[in-house]
Amino acid sequence: MAEVIRSEGLSKKYGELVAVDGVSFSVHEGEVFGYLGPNGAGKTTTIRMLVGLTRPTSGEALVNGYSILSDPVRAKESLGVVPESSNLYGELTAWENLIYMAQLYGLPKKDWAPRAEELLKDFGLYERKDSRFQGFSRGMKRRLTIAAGLVHRPRLLFLDEPTTGLDVMSARGLRQVIRKFKEKGVTVFLTTHLIQEADELCDRVAIIAKGRVRIIDTPTNLRNQAQDTEVLEIKTHPGFPSVPKEMESFPEVERVIFLEDKLRVLGKSVHKAIPRIVGFLNEKGTEILSFQTKTPTLEDAFVKLTGVDAEVMRVDKPQKMKGVG
Amino acid sequence: MMRKEIKKIYYIARKDLKAYYLKPPLISWGLMLPIVFILAFYFRNPQGIEEVTPGLVGLTILFSATSMAAIVITFEKRTEALERLLMAPLSLRAILVGKTLGSAFFGLLMGFVSMVLVTLFFGLKITNPLSLALALILSSLAFALIGILISVGVREIFEAMTMANFFRFPMVFLCGVFFPVKAMPVILQVVGFCLPLTYSVDALRQSLLPDGGLLHRWVDLLILAGFT
Repeated sequence: MAEVIRSEGLSKKYGELVAVDGVSFSVHEGEVFGYLGPNGAGKTTTIRMLVGLTRPTSGEALVNGYSILSDPVRAKESLGVVPESSNLYGELTAWENLIYMAQLYGLPKKDWAPRAEELLKDFGLYERKDSRFQGFSRGMKRRLTIAAGLVHRPRLLFLDEPTTGLDVMSARGLRQVIRKFKEKGVTVFLTTHLIQEADELCDRVAIIAKGRVRIIDTPTNLRNQAQDTEVLEIKTHPGFPSVPKEMESFPEVERVIFLEDKLRVLGKSVHKAIPRIVGFLNEKGTEILSFQTKTPTLEDAFVKLTGVDAEVMRVDKPQKMKGVG
Repeated sequence: MMRKEIKKIYYIARKDLKAYYLKPPLISWGLMLPIVFILAFYFRNPQGIEEVTPGLVGLTILFSATSMAAIVITFEKRTEALERLLMAPLSLRAILVGKTLGSAFFGLLMGFVSMVLVTLFFGLKITNPLSLALALILSSLAFALIGILISVGVREIFEAMTMANFFRFPMVFLCGVFFPVKAMPVILQVVGFCLPLTYSVDALRQSLLPDGGLLHRWVDLLILAGFT
Protein backbone atom coordinates (compact mmCIF):
# COMPACT_ATOMS: atom_id res chain seq x y z
CA MET A 1 0.00 0.00 0.00
CA ALA A 2 1.37 3.35 -1.00
CA GLU A 3 2.14 5.84 1.71
CA VAL A 4 0.39 9.15 1.18
CA ILE A 5 1.46 10.89 4.36
CA ARG A 6 4.51 10.09 6.38
CA SER A 7 5.14 12.06 9.53
CA GLU A 8 8.38 11.64 11.41
CA GLY A 9 8.75 13.16 14.83
CA LEU A 10 6.72 16.22 13.91
CA SER A 11 6.78 18.75 16.76
CA LYS A 12 5.55 22.25 17.31
CA LYS A 13 6.41 24.45 20.25
CA TYR A 14 4.95 27.85 20.98
CA GLY A 15 7.43 29.21 23.47
CA GLU A 16 7.18 26.94 26.48
CA LEU A 17 4.02 25.25 25.27
CA VAL A 18 4.48 22.02 23.38
CA ALA A 19 1.44 21.78 21.12
CA VAL A 20 2.56 18.72 19.20
CA ASP A 21 5.22 16.49 20.66
CA GLY A 22 7.04 14.30 18.16
CA VAL A 23 4.20 12.57 16.32
CA SER A 24 5.03 9.85 13.81
CA PHE A 25 2.55 7.98 11.66
CA SER A 26 1.81 7.08 8.09
CA VAL A 27 -1.41 7.25 6.16
CA HIS A 28 -2.02 4.77 3.34
CA GLU A 29 -3.59 5.44 0.00
CA GLY A 30 -7.36 5.24 -0.07
CA GLU A 31 -7.99 5.05 3.66
CA VAL A 32 -9.91 7.33 5.97
CA PHE A 33 -7.47 8.11 8.74
CA GLY A 34 -8.94 9.56 11.91
CA TYR A 35 -7.01 11.81 14.23
CA LEU A 36 -9.00 11.66 17.43
CA GLY A 37 -8.45 13.63 20.57
CA PRO A 38 -9.93 16.20 22.95
CA ASN A 39 -9.81 19.90 22.19
CA GLY A 40 -6.34 21.29 22.61
CA ALA A 41 -4.68 17.93 22.02
CA GLY A 42 -2.76 19.24 19.01
CA LYS A 43 -4.99 18.04 16.18
CA THR A 44 -5.30 21.30 14.29
CA THR A 45 -1.63 22.12 14.79
CA THR A 46 -0.72 18.76 13.23
CA ILE A 47 -2.94 19.45 10.21
CA ARG A 48 -1.53 22.96 9.86
CA MET A 49 1.97 21.54 9.72
CA LEU A 50 1.03 18.86 7.21
CA VAL A 51 -0.63 21.31 4.83
CA GLY A 52 2.16 23.87 5.08
CA LEU A 53 0.42 26.57 7.13
CA THR A 54 2.71 26.24 10.13
CA ARG A 55 6.37 25.37 10.12
CA PRO A 56 7.24 22.52 12.48
CA THR A 57 9.76 23.25 15.23
CA SER A 58 11.35 19.90 14.48
CA GLY A 59 10.63 16.73 12.58
CA GLU A 60 9.66 16.23 8.96
CA ALA A 61 6.71 15.04 6.94
CA LEU A 62 6.25 13.86 3.38
CA VAL A 63 2.92 14.48 1.73
CA ASN A 64 2.44 12.63 -1.55
CA GLY A 65 6.19 12.25 -1.52
CA TYR A 66 6.91 15.98 -1.24
CA SER A 67 8.63 17.35 1.82
CA ILE A 68 6.56 19.97 3.61
CA LEU A 69 9.81 21.72 4.53
CA SER A 70 11.69 21.82 1.25
CA ASP A 71 8.93 21.49 -1.33
CA PRO A 72 5.83 23.07 0.23
CA VAL A 73 4.35 24.44 -2.99
CA ARG A 74 4.29 21.00 -4.68
CA ALA A 75 2.96 19.41 -1.50
CA LYS A 76 0.18 22.01 -1.37
CA GLU A 77 -0.65 21.44 -5.01
CA SER A 78 -1.20 17.75 -4.31
CA LEU A 79 -3.59 18.06 -1.39
CA GLY A 80 -6.93 19.62 -0.52
CA VAL A 81 -7.72 21.27 2.82
CA VAL A 82 -11.01 21.95 4.50
CA PRO A 83 -10.15 24.06 7.52
CA GLU A 84 -12.20 24.05 10.68
CA SER A 85 -13.60 27.50 10.04
CA SER A 86 -15.46 28.15 6.82
CA ASN A 87 -13.12 30.84 5.62
CA LEU A 88 -14.01 31.67 2.05
CA TYR A 89 -14.40 35.22 0.81
CA GLY A 90 -17.59 36.77 2.14
CA GLU A 91 -17.64 39.45 -0.51
CA LEU A 92 -17.56 36.95 -3.36
CA THR A 93 -20.42 34.77 -4.54
CA ALA A 94 -20.29 30.98 -4.31
CA TRP A 95 -19.41 30.86 -7.98
CA GLU A 96 -16.66 33.50 -7.74
CA ASN A 97 -15.15 31.77 -4.73
CA LEU A 98 -14.79 28.49 -6.59
CA ILE A 99 -13.42 30.17 -9.72
CA TYR A 100 -10.87 31.99 -7.58
CA MET A 101 -9.77 28.71 -6.02
CA ALA A 102 -9.46 27.18 -9.50
CA GLN A 103 -7.21 30.11 -10.44
CA LEU A 104 -5.06 29.80 -7.32
CA TYR A 105 -4.63 26.06 -7.81
CA GLY A 106 -3.61 26.59 -11.41
CA LEU A 107 -6.43 24.81 -13.23
CA PRO A 108 -6.50 25.44 -16.98
CA LYS A 109 -8.94 28.20 -17.83
CA LYS A 110 -11.32 26.00 -19.81
CA ASP A 111 -11.88 23.82 -16.73
CA TRP A 112 -12.87 26.61 -14.33
CA ALA A 113 -16.53 26.94 -15.15
CA PRO A 114 -17.33 23.21 -15.66
CA ARG A 115 -15.57 22.31 -12.41
CA ALA A 116 -17.34 25.03 -10.42
CA GLU A 117 -20.68 23.98 -11.85
CA GLU A 118 -20.06 20.32 -11.09
CA LEU A 119 -19.10 21.03 -7.48
CA LEU A 120 -21.99 23.39 -6.85
CA LYS A 121 -24.39 20.75 -8.13
CA ASP A 122 -22.73 17.99 -6.09
CA PHE A 123 -23.11 20.03 -2.93
CA GLY A 124 -26.61 21.24 -3.69
CA LEU A 125 -25.64 24.89 -3.96
CA TYR A 126 -26.13 25.50 -7.65
CA GLU A 127 -29.32 27.52 -7.15
CA ARG A 128 -27.41 29.85 -4.86
CA LYS A 129 -24.34 30.21 -7.04
CA ASP A 130 -24.74 33.97 -7.41
CA SER A 131 -25.34 34.64 -3.72
CA ARG A 132 -22.54 35.99 -1.62
CA PHE A 133 -20.79 33.61 0.73
CA GLN A 134 -21.37 35.89 3.75
CA GLY A 135 -25.14 35.42 3.45
CA PHE A 136 -25.02 31.63 3.61
CA SER A 137 -26.16 29.54 6.57
CA ARG A 138 -23.53 27.71 8.54
CA GLY A 139 -24.25 24.38 6.84
CA MET A 140 -24.09 25.95 3.39
CA LYS A 141 -20.83 27.70 4.24
CA ARG A 142 -19.43 24.40 5.36
CA ARG A 143 -20.48 22.70 2.14
CA LEU A 144 -18.99 25.39 -0.05
CA THR A 145 -15.77 25.29 1.98
CA ILE A 146 -15.52 21.57 1.32
CA ALA A 147 -16.26 22.12 -2.37
CA ALA A 148 -13.49 24.74 -2.44
CA GLY A 149 -11.03 22.17 -1.11
CA LEU A 150 -11.93 19.81 -3.95
CA VAL A 151 -11.62 22.19 -6.89
CA HIS A 152 -8.30 20.76 -8.10
CA ARG A 153 -9.42 17.13 -7.59
CA PRO A 154 -6.88 16.29 -4.89
CA ARG A 155 -6.27 12.62 -4.16
CA LEU A 156 -5.63 13.52 -0.53
CA LEU A 157 -8.01 15.56 1.55
CA PHE A 158 -7.54 17.07 5.01
CA LEU A 159 -10.72 17.70 6.97
CA ASP A 160 -10.39 19.57 10.26
CA GLU A 161 -13.35 18.88 12.56
CA PRO A 162 -15.72 18.67 9.59
CA THR A 163 -18.99 18.37 11.51
CA THR A 164 -18.30 20.74 14.40
CA GLY A 165 -21.02 23.32 14.80
CA LEU A 166 -23.44 21.64 12.38
CA ASP A 167 -26.91 20.45 13.23
CA VAL A 168 -27.58 16.71 13.29
CA MET A 169 -28.96 16.50 9.76
CA SER A 170 -26.15 18.51 8.17
CA ALA A 171 -23.57 16.48 10.08
CA ARG A 172 -25.15 13.25 8.87
CA GLY A 173 -25.17 14.48 5.26
CA LEU A 174 -21.56 15.45 5.58
CA ARG A 175 -20.56 12.00 6.84
CA GLN A 176 -22.25 10.61 3.76
CA VAL A 177 -20.07 12.86 1.61
CA ILE A 178 -16.95 11.66 3.38
CA ARG A 179 -17.91 8.04 2.72
CA LYS A 180 -18.25 8.93 -0.96
CA PHE A 181 -14.67 10.24 -1.01
CA LYS A 182 -13.54 6.86 0.15
CA GLU A 183 -15.52 5.12 -2.58
CA LYS A 184 -13.75 7.31 -5.11
CA GLY A 185 -10.40 6.27 -3.68
CA VAL A 186 -9.58 9.64 -2.16
CA THR A 187 -7.42 9.42 0.94
CA VAL A 188 -8.93 11.33 3.84
CA PHE A 189 -7.14 12.65 6.92
CA LEU A 190 -9.78 13.72 9.38
CA THR A 191 -9.56 15.24 12.83
CA THR A 192 -12.40 14.94 15.25
CA HIS A 193 -13.14 15.03 18.93
CA LEU A 194 -16.20 12.83 18.40
CA ILE A 195 -15.44 9.21 19.17
CA GLN A 196 -18.64 8.10 17.47
CA GLU A 197 -17.65 9.89 14.29
CA ALA A 198 -14.21 8.31 14.23
CA ASP A 199 -15.77 4.90 14.84
CA GLU A 200 -18.26 5.36 12.04
CA LEU A 201 -16.02 6.81 9.36
CA CYS A 202 -12.43 5.79 9.85
CA ASP A 203 -10.44 2.78 8.71
CA ARG A 204 -7.77 3.57 11.23
CA VAL A 205 -7.70 5.90 14.17
CA ALA A 206 -4.80 7.63 15.86
CA ILE A 207 -5.63 8.73 19.37
CA ILE A 208 -3.86 11.91 20.34
CA ALA A 209 -3.76 13.47 23.79
CA LYS A 210 -1.54 16.27 25.05
CA GLY A 211 0.35 16.53 21.78
CA ARG A 212 1.28 12.85 21.59
CA VAL A 213 -0.10 9.99 19.54
CA ARG A 214 -1.00 7.32 22.11
CA ILE A 215 -2.04 4.52 19.79
CA ILE A 216 -2.93 3.87 16.16
CA ASP A 217 -5.25 1.02 15.21
CA THR A 218 -8.54 0.12 13.58
CA PRO A 219 -11.68 1.00 15.57
CA THR A 220 -12.39 -2.74 15.99
CA ASN A 221 -8.97 -3.46 17.43
CA LEU A 222 -9.24 -0.48 19.71
CA ARG A 223 -12.54 -1.75 21.01
CA ASN A 224 -10.97 -5.16 21.61
CA GLN A 225 -8.30 -3.52 23.71
CA ALA A 226 -11.03 -2.74 26.15
CA GLN A 227 -12.56 -6.23 25.93
CA ASP A 228 -11.13 -7.42 29.23
CA THR A 229 -12.94 -4.55 30.87
CA GLU A 230 -16.46 -4.93 32.14
CA VAL A 231 -18.90 -2.12 31.88
CA LEU A 232 -21.91 -1.43 34.06
CA GLU A 233 -24.42 1.03 32.78
CA ILE A 234 -26.71 2.51 35.41
CA LYS A 235 -29.61 4.85 34.98
CA THR A 236 -30.78 6.56 38.14
CA HIS A 237 -33.42 8.91 39.42
CA PRO A 238 -33.07 11.74 40.23
CA GLY A 239 -29.88 12.07 38.22
CA PHE A 240 -26.63 11.03 39.81
CA PRO A 241 -25.41 11.27 43.33
CA SER A 242 -23.34 14.36 43.72
CA VAL A 243 -20.04 12.55 44.01
CA PRO A 244 -20.08 9.33 41.97
CA LYS A 245 -16.31 9.69 41.74
CA GLU A 246 -16.30 8.24 45.24
CA MET A 247 -17.04 4.92 43.56
CA GLU A 248 -13.62 5.01 41.96
CA SER A 249 -12.19 4.23 45.38
CA PHE A 250 -13.81 0.77 45.28
CA PRO A 251 -11.08 -1.80 44.52
CA GLU A 252 -12.89 -3.37 41.52
CA VAL A 253 -13.76 -0.04 39.91
CA GLU A 254 -11.25 1.55 37.58
CA ARG A 255 -13.22 4.49 36.33
CA VAL A 256 -16.66 6.06 36.48
CA ILE A 257 -17.79 8.21 33.59
CA PHE A 258 -20.98 10.03 32.65
CA LEU A 259 -22.35 9.44 29.24
CA GLU A 260 -25.49 11.24 28.23
CA ASP A 261 -27.88 10.44 31.08
CA LYS A 262 -26.16 7.29 32.24
CA LEU A 263 -23.40 6.34 34.56
CA ARG A 264 -20.75 3.96 33.18
CA VAL A 265 -18.67 2.06 35.67
CA LEU A 266 -15.54 0.40 34.24
CA GLY A 267 -13.34 -2.26 35.78
CA LYS A 268 -11.76 -5.67 35.21
CA SER A 269 -14.21 -7.59 37.36
CA VAL A 270 -16.61 -4.88 38.15
CA HIS A 271 -19.48 -7.37 38.70
CA LYS A 272 -17.97 -8.14 42.09
CA ALA A 273 -18.61 -4.56 43.10
CA ILE A 274 -22.32 -4.63 42.24
CA PRO A 275 -23.55 -5.02 45.85
CA ARG A 276 -21.35 -2.17 47.00
CA ILE A 277 -22.45 0.07 44.13
CA VAL A 278 -26.13 -0.61 44.78
CA GLY A 279 -25.61 0.02 48.49
CA PHE A 280 -23.75 3.23 47.77
CA LEU A 281 -26.46 4.57 45.48
CA ASN A 282 -29.20 3.65 47.99
CA GLU A 283 -27.29 5.39 50.71
CA LYS A 284 -27.29 8.54 48.57
CA GLY A 285 -31.05 8.27 48.21
CA THR A 286 -30.95 7.52 44.49
CA GLU A 287 -33.45 5.23 42.82
CA ILE A 288 -31.93 2.84 40.25
CA LEU A 289 -34.04 2.80 37.08
CA SER A 290 -31.97 0.37 35.04
CA PHE A 291 -28.83 -1.63 35.58
CA GLN A 292 -27.06 -3.38 32.71
CA THR A 293 -23.74 -4.94 31.82
CA LYS A 294 -22.47 -3.76 28.46
CA THR A 295 -19.79 -4.60 25.94
CA PRO A 296 -17.15 -1.93 25.88
CA THR A 297 -17.50 0.74 23.23
CA LEU A 298 -14.79 2.70 21.50
CA GLU A 299 -15.51 5.37 24.05
CA ASP A 300 -14.61 2.99 26.87
CA ALA A 301 -11.47 1.98 25.00
CA PHE A 302 -10.60 5.60 24.56
CA VAL A 303 -11.01 6.35 28.24
CA LYS A 304 -8.98 3.33 29.15
CA LEU A 305 -6.18 4.07 26.71
CA THR A 306 -5.80 7.78 27.27
CA GLY A 307 -7.09 8.35 30.73
CA VAL A 308 -9.03 11.25 29.24
CA ASP A 309 -12.61 11.44 30.37
CA ALA A 310 -15.01 10.76 27.51
CA GLU A 311 -17.11 13.63 28.78
CA VAL A 312 -14.29 16.00 27.92
CA MET A 313 -14.62 14.88 24.32
CA ARG A 314 -18.29 15.67 24.17
CA VAL A 315 -17.76 19.33 24.76
CA ASP A 316 -18.04 21.03 21.43
CA LYS A 317 -15.51 23.72 20.82
CA PRO A 318 -17.06 27.08 21.52
CA GLN A 319 -17.78 28.71 18.17
CA LYS A 320 -15.65 31.74 17.66
CA MET A 321 -17.49 34.95 17.03
CA LYS A 322 -16.68 35.93 13.51
CA GLY A 323 -16.64 39.54 12.47
CA VAL A 324 -18.71 40.11 9.38
CA GLY A 325 -16.80 42.15 6.87
CA MET B 1 6.56 27.57 -12.50
CA MET B 2 7.37 31.25 -12.86
CA ARG B 3 4.60 31.85 -15.38
CA LYS B 4 2.11 30.08 -13.18
CA GLU B 5 3.08 32.30 -10.25
CA ILE B 6 2.70 35.46 -12.29
CA LYS B 7 -0.77 34.38 -13.38
CA LYS B 8 -1.73 33.68 -9.78
CA ILE B 9 -0.37 37.07 -8.71
CA TYR B 10 -2.63 38.65 -11.28
CA TYR B 11 -5.66 36.70 -10.02
CA ILE B 12 -4.98 37.74 -6.43
CA ALA B 13 -4.73 41.41 -7.37
CA ARG B 14 -7.84 41.22 -9.53
CA LYS B 15 -9.89 39.47 -6.85
CA ASP B 16 -8.93 42.07 -4.24
CA LEU B 17 -9.92 44.94 -6.49
CA LYS B 18 -13.22 43.29 -7.25
CA ALA B 19 -14.02 42.39 -3.66
CA TYR B 20 -12.93 45.45 -1.75
CA TYR B 21 -13.08 48.63 -3.80
CA LEU B 22 -16.48 49.52 -2.37
CA LYS B 23 -15.69 48.87 1.29
CA PRO B 24 -16.82 51.77 3.54
CA PRO B 25 -13.44 52.41 5.21
CA LEU B 26 -11.87 52.56 1.80
CA ILE B 27 -14.37 55.07 0.52
CA SER B 28 -14.18 57.27 3.60
CA TRP B 29 -10.43 57.18 4.13
CA GLY B 30 -9.17 56.52 0.66
CA LEU B 31 -11.41 58.72 -1.48
CA MET B 32 -13.30 61.24 0.58
CA LEU B 33 -10.31 62.72 2.31
CA PRO B 34 -8.34 63.71 -0.78
CA ILE B 35 -11.51 65.02 -2.44
CA VAL B 36 -12.28 67.12 0.62
CA PHE B 37 -8.75 68.48 0.58
CA ILE B 38 -8.95 69.38 -3.08
CA LEU B 39 -12.30 71.11 -2.69
CA ALA B 40 -11.24 72.91 0.46
CA PHE B 41 -8.21 74.33 -1.26
CA TYR B 42 -10.13 75.19 -4.34
CA PHE B 43 -12.85 77.15 -2.54
CA ARG B 44 -10.39 78.93 -0.34
CA ASN B 45 -8.20 80.16 -3.12
CA PRO B 46 -9.18 79.18 -6.68
CA GLN B 47 -6.13 80.93 -8.12
CA GLY B 48 -3.57 79.17 -5.99
CA ILE B 49 -4.90 75.69 -6.67
CA GLU B 50 -2.14 75.04 -9.22
CA GLU B 51 0.50 75.21 -6.54
CA VAL B 52 -1.01 72.40 -4.50
CA THR B 53 -2.35 70.09 -7.23
CA PRO B 54 0.76 67.91 -7.51
CA GLY B 55 0.66 67.48 -3.77
CA LEU B 56 -3.02 66.64 -3.82
CA VAL B 57 -2.54 64.02 -6.50
CA GLY B 58 0.24 62.49 -4.45
CA LEU B 59 -1.98 62.64 -1.39
CA THR B 60 -4.80 60.87 -3.21
CA ILE B 61 -2.48 58.06 -4.14
CA LEU B 62 -1.10 57.88 -0.63
CA PHE B 63 -4.52 57.64 1.03
CA SER B 64 -6.14 55.29 -1.45
CA ALA B 65 -3.24 52.87 -1.83
CA THR B 66 -2.49 52.58 1.90
CA SER B 67 -6.19 52.25 2.77
CA MET B 68 -6.71 49.53 0.20
CA ALA B 69 -3.68 47.55 1.33
CA ALA B 70 -4.55 47.88 4.99
CA ILE B 71 -8.16 46.87 4.37
CA VAL B 72 -7.40 43.90 2.16
CA ILE B 73 -5.04 42.28 4.62
CA THR B 74 -6.84 43.09 7.86
CA PHE B 75 -10.23 42.03 6.52
CA GLU B 76 -8.87 38.74 5.36
CA LYS B 77 -6.96 38.19 8.56
CA ARG B 78 -10.17 38.64 10.52
CA THR B 79 -12.25 36.29 8.44
CA GLU B 80 -9.29 33.89 8.24
CA ALA B 81 -9.63 34.04 4.47
CA LEU B 82 -5.97 35.02 4.27
CA GLU B 83 -5.24 31.41 5.18
CA ARG B 84 -6.74 30.30 1.91
CA LEU B 85 -3.87 31.99 0.14
CA LEU B 86 -1.34 30.44 2.50
CA MET B 87 -2.89 27.03 1.85
CA ALA B 88 -2.80 27.45 -1.90
CA PRO B 89 0.20 26.29 -3.90
CA LEU B 90 2.05 29.56 -4.31
CA SER B 91 4.99 31.22 -2.60
CA LEU B 92 4.66 33.84 0.11
CA ARG B 93 6.40 36.26 -2.21
CA ALA B 94 3.71 35.77 -4.82
CA ILE B 95 0.99 36.46 -2.25
CA LEU B 96 2.64 39.69 -1.11
CA VAL B 97 3.29 40.87 -4.64
CA GLY B 98 -0.32 40.11 -5.59
CA LYS B 99 -1.69 42.00 -2.62
CA THR B 100 0.64 44.94 -3.25
CA LEU B 101 -0.23 45.16 -6.93
CA GLY B 102 -3.96 45.17 -6.21
CA SER B 103 -3.60 48.07 -3.81
CA ALA B 104 -1.13 49.89 -6.00
CA PHE B 105 -3.47 49.60 -8.95
CA PHE B 106 -6.27 51.09 -6.91
CA GLY B 107 -3.98 53.96 -5.82
CA LEU B 108 -2.87 54.47 -9.39
CA LEU B 109 -6.42 54.56 -10.64
CA MET B 110 -7.43 57.12 -8.03
CA GLY B 111 -4.32 59.16 -8.65
CA PHE B 112 -5.02 59.09 -12.34
CA VAL B 113 -8.64 60.14 -11.87
CA SER B 114 -7.72 63.00 -9.58
CA MET B 115 -5.02 64.07 -12.01
CA VAL B 116 -7.38 64.07 -14.96
CA LEU B 117 -9.83 66.11 -12.90
CA VAL B 118 -7.32 68.71 -11.84
CA THR B 119 -5.81 69.05 -15.31
CA LEU B 120 -9.26 69.38 -16.86
CA PHE B 121 -10.72 71.84 -14.41
CA PHE B 122 -7.67 73.82 -13.43
CA GLY B 123 -6.02 73.76 -16.81
CA LEU B 124 -2.63 72.33 -15.85
CA LYS B 125 -0.31 71.27 -18.62
CA ILE B 126 1.56 68.03 -18.43
CA THR B 127 5.12 68.98 -19.15
CA ASN B 128 6.60 65.53 -19.01
CA PRO B 129 4.28 62.56 -19.55
CA LEU B 130 6.90 59.87 -19.08
CA SER B 131 8.14 61.00 -15.71
CA LEU B 132 4.53 61.69 -14.72
CA ALA B 133 3.52 58.13 -15.49
CA LEU B 134 6.53 56.75 -13.66
CA ALA B 135 5.87 59.01 -10.68
CA LEU B 136 2.28 57.81 -10.47
CA ILE B 137 3.21 54.14 -10.73
CA LEU B 138 6.13 54.24 -8.33
CA SER B 139 4.19 56.28 -5.78
CA SER B 140 1.34 53.78 -5.89
CA LEU B 141 3.69 50.87 -5.33
CA ALA B 142 5.58 52.58 -2.52
CA PHE B 143 2.38 53.58 -0.71
CA ALA B 144 0.73 50.20 -1.20
CA LEU B 145 3.75 48.62 0.47
CA ILE B 146 3.44 51.03 3.39
CA GLY B 147 -0.16 49.86 3.75
CA ILE B 148 0.83 46.20 3.62
CA LEU B 149 3.52 46.79 6.22
CA ILE B 150 1.03 48.45 8.54
CA SER B 151 -1.58 45.73 8.16
CA VAL B 152 0.85 42.96 9.02
CA GLY B 153 1.11 44.25 12.58
CA VAL B 154 -2.56 44.87 13.43
CA ARG B 155 -5.72 42.84 13.95
CA GLU B 156 -8.66 45.16 13.39
CA ILE B 157 -9.62 47.52 10.60
CA PHE B 158 -9.81 50.52 12.89
CA GLU B 159 -6.35 49.76 14.22
CA ALA B 160 -5.06 49.57 10.68
CA MET B 161 -6.63 52.92 9.86
CA THR B 162 -5.28 54.53 13.01
CA MET B 163 -1.83 53.19 12.31
CA ALA B 164 -2.05 54.29 8.71
CA ASN B 165 -2.96 57.80 9.77
CA PHE B 166 -0.09 57.84 12.19
CA PHE B 167 2.16 57.56 9.14
CA ARG B 168 0.04 59.50 6.72
CA PHE B 169 -0.73 62.73 8.53
CA PRO B 170 2.87 63.72 9.23
CA MET B 171 3.56 63.09 5.57
CA VAL B 172 0.81 65.50 4.60
CA PHE B 173 2.70 68.33 6.28
CA LEU B 174 6.30 67.30 5.90
CA CYS B 175 6.42 66.33 2.27
CA GLY B 176 5.76 69.51 0.39
CA VAL B 177 2.10 68.95 -0.30
CA PHE B 178 0.90 72.38 0.84
CA PHE B 179 4.12 74.31 1.23
CA PRO B 180 7.60 73.68 -0.08
CA VAL B 181 9.90 71.44 1.90
CA LYS B 182 12.55 74.13 1.63
CA ALA B 183 10.39 76.50 3.68
CA MET B 184 10.45 74.25 6.72
CA PRO B 185 12.97 74.30 9.59
CA VAL B 186 16.05 72.22 8.84
CA ILE B 187 15.14 69.42 11.25
CA LEU B 188 11.77 68.95 9.65
CA GLN B 189 13.40 69.11 6.25
CA VAL B 190 15.56 66.17 7.22
CA VAL B 191 12.47 64.21 8.27
CA GLY B 192 10.75 65.24 5.06
CA PHE B 193 13.57 63.91 2.99
CA CYS B 194 13.24 60.54 4.69
CA LEU B 195 9.61 60.15 3.61
CA PRO B 196 8.61 58.80 0.21
CA LEU B 197 5.79 61.27 -0.38
CA THR B 198 8.34 64.10 -0.66
CA TYR B 199 9.84 62.54 -3.74
CA SER B 200 6.49 61.57 -5.13
CA VAL B 201 5.15 65.12 -4.86
CA ASP B 202 8.36 66.63 -6.15
CA ALA B 203 8.35 64.42 -9.23
CA LEU B 204 4.68 65.10 -9.87
CA ARG B 205 5.24 68.84 -9.48
CA GLN B 206 7.91 68.87 -12.10
CA SER B 207 5.79 66.85 -14.47
CA LEU B 208 2.76 69.05 -14.05
CA LEU B 209 4.13 72.53 -13.52
CA PRO B 210 6.63 74.48 -15.55
CA ASP B 211 8.74 75.65 -12.59
CA GLY B 212 11.55 73.60 -11.14
CA GLY B 213 11.39 71.38 -8.08
CA LEU B 214 13.70 70.41 -5.30
CA LEU B 215 15.71 67.77 -7.06
CA HIS B 216 15.85 66.75 -10.64
CA ARG B 217 12.75 64.73 -11.45
CA TRP B 218 14.72 61.65 -12.43
CA VAL B 219 16.55 61.73 -9.12
CA ASP B 220 13.15 61.83 -7.42
CA LEU B 221 11.98 58.83 -9.36
CA LEU B 222 15.12 56.93 -8.59
CA ILE B 223 14.72 57.54 -4.87
CA LEU B 224 11.08 56.54 -5.07
CA ALA B 225 12.06 53.31 -6.77
CA GLY B 226 14.55 52.80 -3.96
CA PHE B 227 11.76 53.10 -1.37
CA THR B 228 9.72 50.56 -3.28
